[in-house]
Parts: sequence; structure tokens; C-alpha cells
Amino acid sequence: MVGKKKRKGSKTVVNLILGFICFIWLLPTLGLFISSFRPAADILQTGWWKVFPHQEWTAGETLQLSKEVDLRGPIEVNGKTYSDDQLKAGVKADDSRLIWENRRARTINVQEQGWKTTPDLTLDNYNNVLSGKEYKLKEADGSETMQKGTGLSQAFWNTLTIAVPATVIPVLIASFAAYAFAWLRFPGRKTLFVIIIAMLVIPIQVALIPVLKDYTALGLNGSYLGIWLAHTAFGLPLVTYFMYNFISQLPKDLFESAFIDGASHFTIFSRLILPLSVPALASIGIFQFLWVWNDYLVSLIFIGNQPSVQVMSMKIADLVGSRGNDWHLLTSAAFISMLMPLAIFFLLQKYFVRGLMGGSVKG
Amino acid sequence: MDAQIKAKKPGVTGTQAKQRISVRAVLISIGVLLANIVVNGLIFMFFRDSTLNPLLTAVLAVLWGVLGVYLIYYTLTWAVEQYPDHIRRKVLPYIFIGPAVLILGWLLILPALRTLYLSFFNASSEKFVGLSNYAAIFSDHLMATALRNNLLWVFVGTLACVCFGLLIAILADRSSYEKIAKSIIFMPMAISFVAAGVIWKFVYYYQPGDEQIGLLNAMVTYFGGEPQAWTSMLQPWNNFFLIIILIWMQTGFAMVIFSAAIKGVPDDILEAARVDGAGEVKIFFGIMIPFISSTILTVTTTIIVFTLKIFDVVMVMTGGQYDTEVVATQFYRQFFMYRNFGYGSTLAIVLLIAVLPVILINLRQFRKQGGF
Repeated sequence: MVGKKKRKGSKTVVNLILGFICFIWLLPTLGLFISSFRPAADILQTGWWKVFPHQEWTAGETLQLSKEVDLRGPIEVNGKTYSDDQLKAGVKADDSRLIWENRRARTINVQEQGWKTTPDLTLDNYNNVLSGKEYKLKEADGSETMQKGTGLSQAFWNTLTIAVPATVIPVLIASFAAYAFAWLRFPGRKTLFVIIIAMLVIPIQVALIPVLKDYTALGLNGSYLGIWLAHTAFGLPLVTYFMYNFISQLPKDLFESAFIDGASHFTIFSRLILPLSVPALASIGIFQFLWVWNDYLVSLIFIGNQPSVQVMSMKIADLVGSRGNDWHLLTSAAFISMLMPLAIFFLLQKYFVRGLMGGSVKG
Repeated sequence: MDAQIKAKKPGVTGTQAKQRISVRAVLISIGVLLANIVVNGLIFMFFRDSTLNPLLTAVLAVLWGVLGVYLIYYTLTWAVEQYPDHIRRKVLPYIFIGPAVLILGWLLILPALRTLYLSFFNASSEKFVGLSNYAAIFSDHLMATALRNNLLWVFVGTLACVCFGLLIAILADRSSYEKIAKSIIFMPMAISFVAAGVIWKFVYYYQPGDEQIGLLNAMVTYFGGEPQAWTSMLQPWNNFFLIIILIWMQTGFAMVIFSAAIKGVPDDILEAARVDGAGEVKIFFGIMIPFISSTILTVTTTIIVFTLKIFDVVMVMTGGQYDTEVVATQFYRQFFMYRNFGYGSTLAIVLLIAVLPVILINLRQFRKQGGF
């Protein structure tokens, strides 16, 4: 009985610590989430936590000092004396706070503390980001023109157009290769496979410059095909390794009988292997999809700057760089870019986790 | 299997004479190959010049990308099936692995060799300069900073991720809210580095004056401290504030894998230890850690490799200013801003040399697992 009680007690402690860690982990994202719904002016003036009820000084009655009072010396207000600096910063007097309202006019504000919330939340930031914000441009002659920036919706479609094939292509190619490596015997099999495994850890920076040169020569730069191929190459080693682990574990007699029945390897692959591998395909597919969706470096190098092909990560990085103070755009843009990964993450968490572990836990 | 093929070979040649390769088969396979190249080339040009509405383009491009690959495999295998058995058996594996090998060869292996070659040339890749790029890198102040920072990232980042991951995995294992807690810690994995940069810019935001809208400074001022420009003023400590972002994102990865490994520790061993009176701490260090040591190794390797290549966080948060440059951002700058191809290539190779030991450890681990 004593032991059980002790464990229960320690369980509460564990829960508390874990809860605290989780809170810290969530806090940054929560801040962004709340901020993305706040009006632009609010974001720049107060912290996002002010959305929640909090105590704040609010302006109350105004005291007028007489003209004789020397502002440099001690100032007497309601029977107590304060220095000029204290009144500048605000000083506590009983339940209220005294602070200069207008030093030149000699008015002091008596503030009272009260509970406040600033709950004005809006969808404007999202609207602005999706449709493109309007900028005032001053012309040389002094007139102002409005110009519409490009919206995020185009970038969203671009990202999707890149991410879906850049997921399916490597997964398919890797599955074919993994099947051959696992179940077909041919000269050079071991060497090729070891080379592919070694590629797992090669930093892609090593490949960027020459590939960019080839792409420029072939006109592949800024094209969908080019970026699909790049993502395919950079993702292939991991996907092949993962699919090999799965496909080589399938029971041999399963497709041996199919082979004897006269099925070709292609038929076996598409009718037997692919359907059997759905869990593995799903998990590694999610992983690759998230990787492509979140990628920045590869797109930055192979896509170029035309807005018609830009992906979301580039768009947001641009926003950070050029308009660091447009927080309202930045917050909602970042959140839009997170929607897809987060949805996938929460819906398909089980598979995603399995995809991660496939290459790591074994052994 | 090898033996099996050897045994079959004489059978094939013995009972039925080698079938002749028909002209038809050769023509078909050449035709199929050409058709694939021409059709996909045409589609490529169509997309390059298309002015369709973006949504329609997206749908069509996705269809092409997805079906295209499958059709290439389908048509090529079909062409090979026109050949007699013994040829088919020899060629088919290469058709299955062919695309993977071609793409990896073209876009990863050859480029790595070409980068190595370029690293011995000057900025415009015209003059052979020997090892002077390498010498220059280690004497350049910026590069020294970049290398130092990369080391910081690797050591601090990896260590923290692994320790936190382990700690949280253990805590979660004993808590009643395991699933929720793990989801929350793991969630940043799904967020892009760029978005994470925005999230954390908001935490570290600094403005002179009283009212702070950045969480960290608000907390500091609440407790009576002075607000700081965390990512720009506090050199070299600002690097740690960037590394925290990596820890925030990668701990979930370590945790998930450790959690799975911990669940693999047999219960009876743990029970036996408890009966013998071992405390939880002793059990942790005496049983769990040794049991999952190979997992710890793999996770550490993965995070090291990942951290060495870190780019996006630094780019978004500081753009490499204020002494936060790392090798990857320097690489980008040298290559795309200063157009110094020799230097850029050398940096990439330095990065490759840094991961070489990791490659070797990985390969050995793989062989131990009985991969080949």
C-alpha cells in the first residue's frame, strides 16, 4: 500500500514537470497563433498575452498643479511629495498610480488598476496575406499610387505542385529500386546499395553548385521538373533505405508462387509489393512530403525569384527580410504555411512517427 | 539466390537453345525509349511556356509528375519483355534500379566529385590554385567564426536534443498524458524552419522603451531586468538563442525514437532490478541507458548530420549577421553573393569532410544490423 501511494505521489510530480515542459513548448506557437488574429496596430504596441484578462492601469481623474510648484524640486501631490523622475515613470500612491499626463501643462493623471482584455481579433491579416497587401508608393512628383503585392495563394499552389510529385516520384523510384535490391540478384548489387546508403549523410550543399550549372545549361532552372528531380535525388537515399528495410522483410514465398505462376516482376511489384507496402509508403511519404513542403534552401537555389514559381517558405523569408515590421503579415503568413504540415501531422501522426523510426530504431 | 541462378543457367542453355534477339524487340525498345524522352520533353516544354491558370497548372503538373514516372517504368519493362528470357532476367533489375542510380549519380555523386574538383580552382573556376582555398578558409576571420559556430551548433544542439529527448521520453513513459505530451513536444517537427524562425523572432523581439512585445523581453522587464536584443547584441551568446530554436524543433524527434526504444526494454529485467532494491536513477543509468545505447548512437548521428547542415534558422533569424554565420550560410553567401565558386565549393567539401566519420559509423552500424 505504501509503495503504491508513493508511486501515485511521484506520478503527480512527473505530470507536473511534463505539463510545464509542454507549456514551454507550446508557448512560442501559441503566441504566433494569437498574434496572427490581432489588428496590425495592436501587435506592435502590446504583447499578445494582453489578449487575456490582465491587470492594467487605466486613466482616471486629472490633477492640475498650481503654477508655483517647482518641477525640479520635490512635488507635493495630495499631501505626499514625489520627485519629477518618479512622476515620469509613474509612482504608486495608495491604490492608484500618479503619472504625468502633460508635464508642460502641469497635469497629473491618477490611474486606477483594473482588469482589462483587448479582445479585438480579426481575420484581416489572413485576408491581406492571401490576396496581397496594398502598398502606397510615392512617385517622384509627389503623387501616391497604390500597388498590390502578390498574395500567398499563388505560392500555396506552387508549393503543392512541387510537394506532391516530389513526394510520389522518389517514393516510387525508391520502391522499385528497393524491390530489386531485396529480391533480384544482379552484378553490382552490393556495391550500388552501399553507395546509396552512404549518400544518406552527404550534405546537399556539396551538390548544389554543379547541379545548378547543369540546370542552367538544360533550362531546368525554375521549372517544376527541375525541382522535382532535385528533391527526388536528395530524398532518395533515405527513402530507398527505408523501403528496403520494409520490402526485404516481406515473406518470400508470398511472391515466389506468383512468379512461378508466370507473373512478371513488374506485375508482382505493382499488384503485390505496392499494396502490401502501403503502411511503409504512407509513413515515409509523409516524411518526404513534410520535408519538401518545409524546404527552403533547395527552392531558394533552384527556383529563382519570379513570383509565379515562388514557394511559401521563400515568400515568408522574403517578408522577414524586407518588411520585418509588418508583423501582422508575417504572423498570418507563417501560420498559413504551417496549416498543411500541422494538419498532416495531427491526422497522420501514427504513420509519421513510424516513418521516422523505420530508419533509426532497428537494431 | 546466387547459387540458384548459377544452377539454372546451364539448364537454360542446355534444354532450350538461346533464343535469338528479334529485330522487332530491338526496334520496340528503342522506340519506347525515344517515345518516353520525346513525350516527357514535350510536356516539360508545355509547362515551361504555359500561361494557364495556376490551379489548373498545378493539377496537370501533379498528374504528369505522378503518372509520368509510373508510365516510364511500365513502358520500359514492357519493352524488355519483348526479349527472350535470359536477356530479360539480366536487364530487368537494372531497369528497376536504373532511375534511382541515374538520378543519384547525376544529381548527387557526380556533383560531389565536381565540387571537389572546383574547390581547387579560383573564384571564377578558371585558374588552378591547389590547396590555397583550403588554406584561406582556415585563416579567414569570417570562416573561423562560421566553423566555431557550427561546432557550437553540433555540440550544444545535439547534446541538448538528446538529453531533453531522453528526459521527456522517460517522463512521458510514466505520465498519464503520454500521448498528448508527446504530440506537443513532437509538433515543431512538422513546422518549417522558416515559420519557426518567425515564431521565435516574436519571442526574441526587442524594441527600445518600456512596452515589450517580445515574450522573453517582457518576462525580463517584468522581473525588473533590462530588455536585450537577444539575437543581435549579445555576441557570441546570440548563437545559443538560435540553437534553442533547433532544440525546440528536434527534441521531439529524439523523444519519439527514445520512447519506442524504452518501451522495448523487457519488463522482467526492470522488475528484477526493482525487487533487488535498485532505485529509479540506478535503473535508468544501469539498465535503460546500456539497453538503448545503439539507439542513442543512431539518434545522435542523425542529429549531428542534420545540425551540421543548418541553414534556414540562421538565414531567417539574423541572415548570418552579428557573428552568427555558419558554414552553410557562408557557402550560400560565397556562391550566390560574392560569386566565389572556388571558395563556395571548398566550404561544401569542408562540410563533407566533417560528416565523413558519421558516414563511416553509419555504414558500420548498417553492416552490424545485417544489412548485407
